[in-house]
Amino acid sequence: MKTDIILSGVGGQGILSIAAVIGEAALKEGLYMKQAEVHGMSQRGGDVQSGLRLSDRPVASDLIPKGQADLIISLEPMESLRYLPYLKQEGWVVTGSQPYLNIPDYPDMEEIKAELGRLPHSVALDAEQIATEAGSVRAANIVILGAATPFIGIEYAKIEEGIRSIFRRKGEDVVQLNLRALRAGLDAAGRITVNH
Amino acid sequence: MGKHLFLGDEAIAQAAIDAGLSGVYAYPGTPSTEITEYIQDSDMAKSRGIRSKWCVNEKTALEAALGMSYAGKRALCCMKHVGLNVAADCFMNAAMSGVNGGLIIVTADDPSMHSSQNEQDNRVLGNFAMIPMLEPSNQQEAYDMVYGGFEMSERLGYPVLLRITTRMAHSRAGVETRPVKPQRPVSFPADGKQRFILLPVNARRRFRALLKAQETFALESETSPYNTYFDAPNREVGIITCGIGFNYIAENYPDGPEHPTLKICQYPLPRKQIEQLAATCREILVLEEGYPVVEELLRGIAGGDRSLTVHGRLDGTLPRDGELTPDIVGKTLGKDVGACYDVPGVVAQRPPCLCAGCGHRDLYSALNEVAGEYEGARVFSDIGCYTLGALPPFQAIDSCIDMGASITMAKGAADAGVFPAVSVIGDSTFTHSGMTGLLDCVNEQTPVTIIISDNETTAMTGGQDSAGTGRLEAICLGIGVEPEHLHVMTPLKKNYEEMKRIIRREIEYRGVSVLIPRRECIQSLKRKHTAKK
Ligand SMILES: Cc1ncc(C[n+]2csc(CCOP(=O)(O)OP(=O)(O)O)c2C)c(N)n1
Repeated sequence: MKTDIILSGVGGQGILSIAAVIGEAALKEGLYMKQAEVHGMSQRGGDVQSGLRLSDRPVASDLIPKGQADLIISLEPMESLRYLPYLKQEGWVVTGSQPYLNIPDYPDMEEIKAELGRLPHSVALDAEQIATEAGSVRAANIVILGAATPFIGIEYAKIEEGIRSIFRRKGEDVVQLNLRALRAGLDAAGRITVNH
Repeated sequence: MGKHLFLGDEAIAQAAIDAGLSGVYAYPGTPSTEITEYIQDSDMAKSRGIRSKWCVNEKTALEAALGMSYAGKRALCCMKHVGLNVAADCFMNAAMSGVNGGLIIVTADDPSMHSSQNEQDNRVLGNFAMIPMLEPSNQQEAYDMVYGGFEMSERLGYPVLLRITTRMAHSRAGVETRPVKPQRPVSFPADGKQRFILLPVNARRRFRALLKAQETFALESETSPYNTYFDAPNREVGIITCGIGFNYIAENYPDGPEHPTLKICQYPLPRKQIEQLAATCREILVLEEGYPVVEELLRGIAGGDRSLTVHGRLDGTLPRDGELTPDIVGKTLGKDVGACYDVPGVVAQRPPCLCAGCGHRDLYSALNEVAGEYEGARVFSDIGCYTLGALPPFQAIDSCIDMGASITMAKGAADAGVFPAVSVIGDSTFTHSGMTGLLDCVNEQTPVTIIISDNETTAMTGGQDSAGTGRLEAICLGIGVEPEHLHVMTPLKKNYEEMKRIIRREIEYRGVSVLIPRRECIQSLKRKHTAKK
């Protein structure tokens, strides 16, 4: 088993919580992993990225080589495209569809959609909306994670365990909210993929 | 004990705690910050009474760490690469005095400058000080090196420099921890006065001792478990890797290196193994993260081995700048690597920016208007979130060089006749290295307008305590700023007119003025708010 995942978004959107949940699940599975994060300067509203590598053999490089990622999980549509050079030919892109507008020259959404549509495998979903319905917009990142669960290579139940242990400190309500968000993301992606 | 998912920084921190640390001394700086934060948050560190508060700057940090080592205890000092420039005086001279309790100095270098002004390779400074250096290739090694590093430092009698780079510091991996060791009691060095009083008579003796110790350090490197020679069938080219460079070889040869490979993680260089590699292969490829330190040594200038061809950053085999990546290394090894997709043209740049609601924004809005009234206005700035004032929409500053330089550069420019010469500096940067420059200005009554944009935290690096919070006015007055030219204001839109009036008036004052726009960092506010919930 070997899955290379790029997580992307805008500083402050919560890609590191996604990484933490998958990391926790991978650890429970006894997998090897490396996860390279970017801290510092780039966090102030700039683009952020983290590479997550899971394998049943030791992982050498902290960085994912170009053309090797099985999956891009992005919290923002334009940011999902920024890392395409890392994606495998047959890789998946799972992204939030709501643009994060903090720059003056944000491109036309239709063009972004068209680019996503050109890829063999992509899902874009309105994570904010789905998270709000699940209980709080703050779980939007976990909605996206839910939508990506079929491509991670770790059983869904293990990802749920990851959520339990990462959010336990914040109380049972937060755990339940995130479990609902995870499921809602998975369901929504299923509907979209079928229609695709 | 057990297996944990640790950032490289966290592995270092936990290792230090497990190794009987008594104090960590540090000033924040990406990518080193999480080492100290981990120790500050650790219950185990608390129960062991490990000292861990932030220091005013890297120099005070290293000096205090050396003091703790002098008193026989184990000390850790952490900084980003440019921090070692600030601490360099103590660093060079601690190599002369040597240590008593184990002392590990961590330098977190930032090749590719993800969050830094330069990409200096502090192995050069390690060589300059002539002390042993460790450079882990993975998180487990980072743990093990620190766990054993204090004893190494005590055994050799010298500080040890641990060099990491961004990808080591900020990448997470599983790490096996080891049994906890006891902390050390206070004990003084038997020959303390001969070692720690660096009068010329002692210093000469100490320098000879340091020169002599080089043999021991080299022997340590040659027998170090961290320097490993892998033999392999394809002897056309031999490979030397430093630190995490090895991982990119392992990535490209998952079943083991195909070329004889020397993995170097401890310095000074292990001569014996390098000679062995050179005797085996007539071409050597050097993969090092940072400057071509090893490559340059191998090449020599005159008298080098002419029949040996060395490839690396100097002959264009690898780019001269920037961090190594698996792609760059793969391409060099002739592997079929590359992207299947390009970045689509629609993707726009998304540079970092000042947060909505940040006080620095309001300062720059007001300052820009006033500065615009003067043709020759120059705004010397400094390092912190407020450096983002360089970008649109503000484009408010003219310089950012090194911590504290805003005040002294404004002074030099004012001396040259620039008017108005304005300095914009953050509160933490001011106490780090701005106070001394302010004294220079006061002593000469230089016409400068110094703005300390006070968000009551060290925001850029994640909101650490700022050393002067609550005392900036007292500090400035103590240095000799005239009370009538020291103003505190609240940077808010509704106060623009008043802010502008004060800025204008103080620019017109031909002496030293200090303005302190003060409003809590919006991110700290948010954090406090969530913590309460
Ligand atoms: C010598 C040195 N040490 C540390 C750093 C890392 N660093 C950059 S900005 C900064 C914080 C500045 O804080 P402050 O001046 O209060 O400004 P703020 O970010 O809060 O606006 C630090 C620690 C550095 N660049 N140089």
